[in-house]
Amino acid sequence: MPLLEVDNLEVSFGKHQALRGVSFTLEKGERLGIVGESGAGKSMAAFAVINLISEPGRISGGSVRFDGRDLATLPPEELRKVRGDRIAMIFQDPMMTLNPVLTIGTQMVETLQAHREISFAEARRIAIEKLDLVAVPSAEARFDSYPHELSGGLRQRVVIAISLLCDPEIIIADEPTTALDVTIQAEIMALLIRLCEDTGMGMILITHDLAVVSESCQRLAVMYAGKVIEEGAVNAILQAPQHPYTRGLINALPQMNSRGGLLTQIRGTMPGISELPEGCAFHPRCDFANAACKTAIPELRPLGAQNVACIHAGALKETV
Amino acid sequence: MHLLAFLIRRLFQAIIVMLVISIIGFSIQSNLGDPLRELVGQSVSEAEREVLRDQMGLNDPFFTQFARFIGNAVQGDLGTSYFFKKPALEVILDKFPATFELVLAATIMIFTLSVPAGIYAALHPKSWGARLIMSASIVGISVPVFLTAIFLIAIFSVNLGWLPSFGRGDTVEMPWGWETGFLSLDGLSHLILPAISLASIMLPLFIRLIRAEMMETMRTEYVRFAWAKGLHSKRVWLTHAFRNTLLPVITVGGVQIGTLIAYTILTETVFQWPGMGFLFLEAINRVDTPLIIAYIIIVGLIFVVVNTIVDLIYTLVNPMMKLPGAAA
Amino acid sequence: MTRREFSARFFRDPGAIFAALLLLTLVMLAVLAPFIAPQNPYDPMQIDIMNSELPPYWEPGGEEQFVFGTDAQGRGVLSTVMYGMGISLMIGVGAVMVQAFLGITFGLLAGYYGGWIDSFLMRLADIQLSLSTLMVAIIALAIFQAAFGPGTYESLALYMLILVIGIAEWPQYARTVRANVLVEKKKEYVDAARLTGMPARRIMLRHILPNTMTPLLVISTIQVANAIVSEAALSFLGLGMPVNRPSLGSLIRSGFEFIFSGQWWITTIPAIVLVLLILSINLLGDWLRDTLNPKLYKGH
Repeated sequence: MPLLEVDNLEVSFGKHQALRGVSFTLEKGERLGIVGESGAGKSMAAFAVINLISEPGRISGGSVRFDGRDLATLPPEELRKVRGDRIAMIFQDPMMTLNPVLTIGTQMVETLQAHREISFAEARRIAIEKLDLVAVPSAEARFDSYPHELSGGLRQRVVIAISLLCDPEIIIADEPTTALDVTIQAEIMALLIRLCEDTGMGMILITHDLAVVSESCQRLAVMYAGKVIEEGAVNAILQAPQHPYTRGLINALPQMNSRGGLLTQIRGTMPGISELPEGCAFHPRCDFANAACKTAIPELRPLGAQNVACIHAGALKETV
Repeated sequence: MHLLAFLIRRLFQAIIVMLVISIIGFSIQSNLGDPLRELVGQSVSEAEREVLRDQMGLNDPFFTQFARFIGNAVQGDLGTSYFFKKPALEVILDKFPATFELVLAATIMIFTLSVPAGIYAALHPKSWGARLIMSASIVGISVPVFLTAIFLIAIFSVNLGWLPSFGRGDTVEMPWGWETGFLSLDGLSHLILPAISLASIMLPLFIRLIRAEMMETMRTEYVRFAWAKGLHSKRVWLTHAFRNTLLPVITVGGVQIGTLIAYTILTETVFQWPGMGFLFLEAINRVDTPLIIAYIIIVGLIFVVVNTIVDLIYTLVNPMMKLPGAAA
Repeated sequence: MTRREFSARFFRDPGAIFAALLLLTLVMLAVLAPFIAPQNPYDPMQIDIMNSELPPYWEPGGEEQFVFGTDAQGRGVLSTVMYGMGISLMIGVGAVMVQAFLGITFGLLAGYYGGWIDSFLMRLADIQLSLSTLMVAIIALAIFQAAFGPGTYESLALYMLILVIGIAEWPQYARTVRANVLVEKKKEYVDAARLTGMPARRIMLRHILPNTMTPLLVISTIQVANAIVSEAALSFLGLGMPVNRPSLGSLIRSGFEFIFSGQWWITTIPAIVLVLLILSINLLGDWLRDTLNPKLYKGH
């Protein structure tokens, strides 16, 4: 049984569905990349896993099986014990993630004390150890710093250190490098991969960059308009994408193309949650769409090594 | 940021504000009423008056008179009250404890009620309790402070006869000469209605302010991160959300507490509370110019001191904030 | 938001409809007072001292001619309240017009010219905001009253109140307008206009004024309520409208002493009307703010 099994997860805001069915699995120590355009619902999927959707949104269907329990229906106190302890999260913008009026130390110690019966001195020792682990220079001094005294890259290291405090089994990283300088992005990504490999921690990496996933993850889930439309091993999908949208994404990657080949963009734009078309949400942009695509919403179903949500999947091979 | 630099700058500002207030005070003095008439009456001949005017320096050039006014003010001499025939400063300071205790009691009420009510209304915005608090607060804002005072008197003094409607009641004299109403049951019972009236003007504002700011902080990323860390709700609400709510509440609220001084004039009038505001209104009706000036200067001083303290507290609570005005 | 959306939201909100109807009724009563009030309280011929302190008609001893009873001078409370509300509204609206005029002018100047003009005006706004409006108004009116003597003051009171309350509250407007000017100033067309030697000022005005209409409307609604409260407070202290031409505040003042002797209506009726008036404006203001959701200037 996988460590985490997300099955057909749905999130609604009033009468609009923001997530229309998110499914993926994660084995112990495995790394999964969730990819999609902005607005596809990647970040919301990440927050929905730990059941942290802001009002007025709510999980309206599906399940998140973790360690034999469904996080989507867990009572608040049980859920709290999972968050930060067994599943930790790294947010997108380190400038906004840390509380400006509390020291780094306070924000670390409180996390440990929320999950362990532990003295301040012991918590402080662990916190400094983790700061060292993520290569924060002069960790002891930083313990008493306020967030605004640190650079963006350093703050993201602190956020990573906080997420590591309780040695979680899964770490969810929501575009952890997007808000950082380009020069630091690779460093932080490398740090995350190294930490996962050293500790056997699993990771869900939310990103819009397929290339990053191909370098760092074993599994891949592609999202479009609030739905996972293709999911499976990274290599399998990159070599033989089955969904027309995935295919379009890969064709738009410079490094996937032969030298001198054309970079192809997918025409049109992704619809918002209030203006979804009938049937397959991708059909207005899809070159393979026919009448059937305009009526039925395709479900994710196994096809070879991966799962695909497209009624044409399997029949497209020749037309690449 | 340097505390000393901030203090010096603040002091400089305070001096300017006080100087402006003194100019206003002085121009009132030189244009309003005739000090000579107040002193000797109408029965003195014109020649004798001129001699007296010379002696009193009333014929000196404007600037000499103003310098003398400032010099005296700095030494605590704000003139002699026409009505009380005593130094104006002394008359005002006699009434200071009454006003101070009224403001203090109202402030305590405002804080102890608005913080829990505001936090509750922010955390459960759709609950019946929150709706009740918000509806009550808009009604509260719409009832002028003197009407609250009149209604309280009509209900609790006239109809029910539970609480006294005027005066300060028995006071106890502290060793340093401060007359306090806090230490006698009678004094406290006299304090209740005026303090509630005074608090009623700011309470709704504070509740709405705390609620709005708290709701905004609850939507921030760092509060979301605090939830993601698995903290207990109390910790997230009080340490993460409320700490940050405090900053704007201190700036806006601190200044508002200063403006309570203005409302003491209304409250004290309705309850005939023997404080500075009541005294001031009497002084206006008697055209007791030195007393009016002394009141304006003392109140100006209180505003300046309160604003400085508020800025100081703000800086102490907010590690990020450079002291206002102390930036390079 | 289009006009249609706006009215659709209005007609779906019973609170807003209630507030608007209440305000409309009160304003009509005040405006039409000379035509529909049972008495003209300013006309000595219509007042009979023998009728003084009559209770409302539903109480024993009340007369149908005076629905809400009469005051100590024999004036019908209903009539004095209708006329008084007119004066309160006039001062409230007048003061807000002064505030808006000063505030918009200073805000445009500060935002457009920047530099020391901006620093000076904004510093002034800070100081003015930190001093309480009521305090400033009390002191100013007290000085005027002492300087003019009570007789002259009474004839000038209406204008003094409008001016003092108007001058004391301009910073709100100035800050909102200034913030808008600063946003506009950064836009490309201003640079373009400058480069081509066009008068950027006029073009900016044409952009800024429509942009600021919504926040200014919301501010103005609340400010009218505040101005009416301030006027009532000042009149209650005896620094505002005189007894022979009373606003709601002066009516409450003159009735205050009677609550101890049981003639509650002399003060309670104008008090209730004052509260209803302010409440209806505040409710509408709140609704406007929540519905239009303008970016209002917040300190710090």
